[in-house]
Amino acid sequence: MGMADYNTMEMMICAAARNLEDGKAVAVGTGAPCAAAMLAQKAHAPNLVIIFEAGGVAPLLPTMPISVGDSRTFYKAVMASGMCEVMETIQRGMVDYCFLGGAQIDMYGNLNSTVIGDWDKPKVRFPGSGGANDFGSLAWRIMVITPQDARRFVERVDFITTPGYLDGPGARERAGLPAGTGPYKVITDMAVMGYDPETKRMRVESIHKGYTFEDVQAKTGFELLKAPEVVETPEPTEEELRLLREEVDPNRYIIGR
Amino acid sequence: MFEVVAQGEGPLFMDPDADKAREFFRTKNRAMVSKVMTVSEAVGKFVHDGDYLAIGGFGANRIPTAVCHEIVRQRKKNLIFAGHTSTHDFQILAAGEVFNRCDIAYIIGLEARGLSPNARRYMESGKVECCEWTNYAMACRLKAAAMGVSFLPARNLMGTDTFKRSAAKIVKCPFTGEQYVLYPALWPDVSAIHVHEADIYGNARIKGISIADLELARASKRLIITTERLIPNEEIRSDPTATVIPYYLVDAVCEVPFGSYPGNMPYEYFSDEDHLRQWLTVEKDPEEFRKFLDKYIYKTRDFNQYLELCGGLERINQLRAVEHLIDLGGRG
Repeated sequence: MGMADYNTMEMMICAAARNLEDGKAVAVGTGAPCAAAMLAQKAHAPNLVIIFEAGGVAPLLPTMPISVGDSRTFYKAVMASGMCEVMETIQRGMVDYCFLGGAQIDMYGNLNSTVIGDWDKPKVRFPGSGGANDFGSLAWRIMVITPQDARRFVERVDFITTPGYLDGPGARERAGLPAGTGPYKVITDMAVMGYDPETKRMRVESIHKGYTFEDVQAKTGFELLKAPEVVETPEPTEEELRLLREEVDPNRYIIGR
Repeated sequence: MFEVVAQGEGPLFMDPDADKAREFFRTKNRAMVSKVMTVSEAVGKFVHDGDYLAIGGFGANRIPTAVCHEIVRQRKKNLIFAGHTSTHDFQILAAGEVFNRCDIAYIIGLEARGLSPNARRYMESGKVECCEWTNYAMACRLKAAAMGVSFLPARNLMGTDTFKRSAAKIVKCPFTGEQYVLYPALWPDVSAIHVHEADIYGNARIKGISIADLELARASKRLIITTERLIPNEEIRSDPTATVIPYYLVDAVCEVPFGSYPGNMPYEYFSDEDHLRQWLTVEKDPEEFRKFLDKYIYKTRDFNQYLELCGGLERINQLRAVEHLIDLGGRG
């Protein structure tokens, strides 16, 4: 175990998958998050419910979807519903995890997928929230899979599209968001980060083989905290890699990137 | 009265007054008459410059592509667009610069395929007045309208810049004191939805996920249905459970086989990823893109001619095999 050859994307997908517990529900998009959910289902969480924002509920995904609303997202599903059904299931408290991305993330896990620069005169315009703000406001735990990069991990995001812990402890609840929700893990090509329970600031919990805390800090635009015990991220197992390569993504759409 | 705790600064493009909407729907014709017409007639008759327009489906899935093309071809202008779960539809309408105001939930992107260079240029040009929302926020706005009420509460958006640039309000719940965001009802002037089957009156069936289309159909003042197939009214009446849009919501029925192309139509055909990639590539060069639009939209007569340009039935058959997970063994 742990001796296998694997690439960065495989490492990130495996690290993400291990955070998904059996008997829980996860709202996913396309790409790495979807691969992580599929892997978790095959490896250790057969009763993981996978849902898509456009309405697909618990499909038996035959291939990786291209869109969160394409036919694959409700292939042999238990229900082909709609957006209100899915979002309201999350709002009701029945969705444990969601996966999100973004152009920028800050130390409180706030995410920007709207603009770089001023909103009025943007340097770069991005798609906007889509369902991200909905997932990030309403799901219990937010997870992010993204490359470690100082241009992405910034002191202040240019625009808070999706709420993390906003400006610190208690801020989500003060703003009116459902109690007990918020950012949970950030999985990158170098480390797995969580959040300090007191300050709600991002902290390094495990570091992938071959990297040091200083390497991770150097690729981060704000001061990272350390968990009481920072460990080496367990490497993907032979079995996880087999499932990922043979069953989850045999065409290497995601793991070939 | 609710206590308003905070208010977004964004523009509210449409009046959320429920009584005014009731006055409109009071006069909407309930006659069960044939509404069959061409897409060109439907767009000419029901889409007016300055209208608020919404498009059904999700991104490049079950979208009324023919209507989007026709709006561009007829050079409609100054529309307000519901940028809700929009990808290829947004790309087409932005190419025609037909709207100058936009409610934004998801625009510019084509999900995992990347961002549309032309749509980005258009949205960064300053020509479009914007208001920020989310996918669920827009679905709530349509749901409120479908319910015939002027707002709906939800628990997202709060604490963010998305709220600040929206036209939502945050209030305290009169029962519990908790904060809620209120979304104003949205009654689009005109919408277009692509369905699997409809009769000549507009009774329509959708297979698979409905996204926000059931709400959209009920919220819209005028509704254009494009359908893969026309079916007899007797078939509708033989299985009323399957009807998701009743005829009295519908103003036009256009039979457009393969009408979601190059998007995916569940249980019919998959998306044409090559053609969608071609759009994204050619858009990088504005001059090339102008020629591309001339060829595929402005100088085509109708959607059938566009399909022919894209490979016609031969291409559709390949996409049908992809949808049904049929391996053609290199013969596709």
